[in-house]
Amino acid sequence: MRFIVCLLLIMLLSFVSSLYFPWWIIGIIAFAVSSFIIQKPYLAFLTGFTALLLLWGGLAWYISSVNHHILAHKISVLVVQQDSPFLLILLTALTGALVAGLASLTGSLMRRLF
Amino acid sequence: MRIVAFLVSLVITGLLIACLGSRWCLPLPLGSFLSPQHGVWQNAEPATRQFNDELLFSSLQSDAAVYFDERLVPHIVADSDEDAYFIQGYLHAKFRLWQMEFQARAAAGRISEIVGEAAVGFDKGKRRLGMVYAAENMLKEAEADPLTKTMLDSYTAGVNAFISSLTESALPIEYKLLGYTPEKWSNFKTALFVKQMSQTLSGFSDDLPMTKAKAFFGDRAMRILFPQVADSLDPVIPRGTHYPPASVVPTPPASGDSLYIRSDGLDGGKLQEMEKPDKNNGSNNWAVSGAKTQSGMPILCNDPHLTLSMPSIWYELQLTTPDMNAYGVSFPGAPGVIIGFNENIAFGFTSSERDVLDYYKVKLKDDSKTQYYFDSAWTDTRLRIEEIKVKNKPAVYDTVAYTAFGPVMYDKSFPAAEGSSDALAVRWKAHDASNELLLWHYLDRAANYQDYTNALQHFTCPGHNIVFASRSGDIAIWHQGVFPARWNRQGLYVMPGEDSSYMWQGYIPMQENPHVLDTARGFVSSANQRPADSSYPYFINGAYDLYRGIAINRKLAGMQGITPGDMMKLQNDNYNTLAETARPLFLKYIDENNASPEGKKYYEMVKHWSLYNDIRESAPTVFSIWLGNLEKQVWNDEFEKAGVVDLRPSESTLVEALLKNDSTFVYIDNINTPEKETIRELANAAFQHTVKTADSLSNMNKLEWGAYKNTSVYHLLGEKMLPFARTGLPIGGGEHVINATKSKHGPSWRMVVQLGETPEAYVVYPGGQSGNPGSPYYDQFIDKWAAGEYYKAWFMKRGEKGDEKLVWKMIFKKG
Repeated sequence: MRFIVCLLLIMLLSFVSSLYFPWWIIGIIAFAVSSFIIQKPYLAFLTGFTALLLLWGGLAWYISSVNHHILAHKISVLVVQQDSPFLLILLTALTGALVAGLASLTGSLMRRLF
Repeated sequence: MRIVAFLVSLVITGLLIACLGSRWCLPLPLGSFLSPQHGVWQNAEPATRQFNDELLFSSLQSDAAVYFDERLVPHIVADSDEDAYFIQGYLHAKFRLWQMEFQARAAAGRISEIVGEAAVGFDKGKRRLGMVYAAENMLKEAEADPLTKTMLDSYTAGVNAFISSLTESALPIEYKLLGYTPEKWSNFKTALFVKQMSQTLSGFSDDLPMTKAKAFFGDRAMRILFPQVADSLDPVIPRGTHYPPASVVPTPPASGDSLYIRSDGLDGGKLQEMEKPDKNNGSNNWAVSGAKTQSGMPILCNDPHLTLSMPSIWYELQLTTPDMNAYGVSFPGAPGVIIGFNENIAFGFTSSERDVLDYYKVKLKDDSKTQYYFDSAWTDTRLRIEEIKVKNKPAVYDTVAYTAFGPVMYDKSFPAAEGSSDALAVRWKAHDASNELLLWHYLDRAANYQDYTNALQHFTCPGHNIVFASRSGDIAIWHQGVFPARWNRQGLYVMPGEDSSYMWQGYIPMQENPHVLDTARGFVSSANQRPADSSYPYFINGAYDLYRGIAINRKLAGMQGITPGDMMKLQNDNYNTLAETARPLFLKYIDENNASPEGKKYYEMVKHWSLYNDIRESAPTVFSIWLGNLEKQVWNDEFEKAGVVDLRPSESTLVEALLKNDSTFVYIDNINTPEKETIRELANAAFQHTVKTADSLSNMNKLEWGAYKNTSVYHLLGEKMLPFARTGLPIGGGEHVINATKSKHGPSWRMVVQLGETPEAYVVYPGGQSGNPGSPYYDQFIDKWAAGEYYKAWFMKRGEKGDEKLVWKMIFKKG
């Protein structure tokens, strides 16, 4: 339950704050949520990781679909040296996931200090 | 223990974010670049995007509207010039911001700022040629005129209105890839853009290689190798036209021969000139009178040939105000319609190819460049210190000395040839104050021949053949620009720059520029050939083409009852006039009986070829490789010895000499061998090489003309952005062919306009209205262009609203 609440909270707050702040706000959000809501460190990591995997992966997939993947075909060649919109979406999801996962872990480790 | 775990985790997280947010550990900042709400995904435009909008600007004079048709072509309806140009600036920026900003930077020699050291040589070349100096001189003149001041100010305000509204996520993709942000636009940047076009079309000269070659061959031979008038020339103004005697007669310097013709010219080894514009920059245009058309109304056609690129150099639009209704293409970076038509007239351009850039060898006192010897005294130069900022590196400084001729382009610190210490100043017409924007101001509003010639007087450089047709039935063409009146052979070679006697003495008055109105033959045309035959009283050297003009005039002369469809077909005609002239040499000299079986096959192929450069034909590939090899066999021995890398006599010079079987044509002999070679030996040796090349091409399935030519439209950043390019397009044609589509160069806009109650226009260009590679409108027209098809332009009459063709509406409200 706590996992789900954290997950949804990180997703929601990351989405909203990204409208106004630079991309790294997702790290601050994941850190803040995990330092408020106590979870075991590995679970905190998993929460942040999953939240952004879903958020960035989902957004990228949605944007790319309504674009008929025109851009992803081109950018994937530049970034992953392969014409694969899927790989570019996956890389996007993993990038966000790693940042949020580590930030969540840091948040939960900080909470344990007090 | 817990604090250690926390600190380790904190540091790793911090490092990861720093890494993903910058370029110090990865070539791209993957965090900001891939963030779906900030980065590149934001440039993925929904395929069904709607372009309706309502915008509020305090600088507008009144409300205005933009109607977009299904091809995303805007039809701007405004009540004042100010508002029309403001909106044009806004739309250019909205759809093409990166391109216009990049091109203005390139013109000013500021590419190192964004790509780093690799571009320092490029930037230096621009500074040395005096591009910024030229733009400053133009801007002074343009801002002194109230009409063009308004055009520029409103346009700039429109571009900046868009730039101010930009957020990080909305930045064009190229900024995100290269990691920089746009600067504010300015009138000066528009001037830079105009000067960039001047350079593209007139910023070249073969003076340096010609001088090197003359030192080897002598002036007498140079007259044969580089003749002024080809035997088969069909000039822009028909042969036999009477020209009055020249009213400006320049005096050749007394020392002419000794200093100019006999001097050895340049020191140093191999030439290393800065990159010159593509010699193939040219175009076709023509107009046929009502007497030759089915409708009885004149038809005007134009296809300007440039290096093909995406985003395209052109942006299509219609500009409507109470005193103007102009449709056509504009340059993102400049106000107005550049090639197009209105309700009364149509106009098109081809480059004049005239030489308006000369080099003078000056004597600098010392390396400080502060003084040069001129008219018997040491004279002060004006030093311009150029600061070239370099990405991630300290700035590079370069000092350019300005003389009475112009900037010293090449000197010891930027040598023209290996080890050369020559100081070469450049005299270029584009440096002089001018106001080309005024031409377009008047042309877009012109209603008749009088208005057109009135507009032309403002056009100084680069010179063009400007074709004209009016609804009232006139057709005309003017070879227009301000050209120096030269004494015979002035400016073919580097000139002595120690006194004023070799300078340009005056200019040809506009009335004496070659022109013609309503010819008896019922059409006017130009295709970069020499404008007039040898009876024209001025010396007019240039980098002219020969064959396209012949092909166009022959076709037009034989046509009657012409429809716009016929004209579209003509623009896409793949007939190879050079091959028609040169194939008899091939058939005469190639020894078919001694050839290998493959050789026989290729021989037969060329023998039975239709002479059309169609994509499925293999003969054009074989023939063009053979002719290229033959040229190398004939010329390379002499020209390599002369130290001349990239200058050779034209194909027509070689072909005409060989057809005449001229015994004084000594270049067939290879000077590096003791034997005396014959043309038969050279032709067969060239053919043997050709057979080998053709075999290997055939094995790779690249022998057919379309595959061999491989026409591709690259992104402005070149092969590094290969996914943004369209390669291997199925399109025929080639050099010296009316459909002048080469590998990376060709018709950048095709237009056929029939005047009448409402102008009926058919248009296409190899690109699309959006500069965003993530938009379906980025390369929308390319396949149609390659197939030789056109779109019917929707010409909106003023007051007309809400046609089904108009899909979106953008309202510009005065706020």
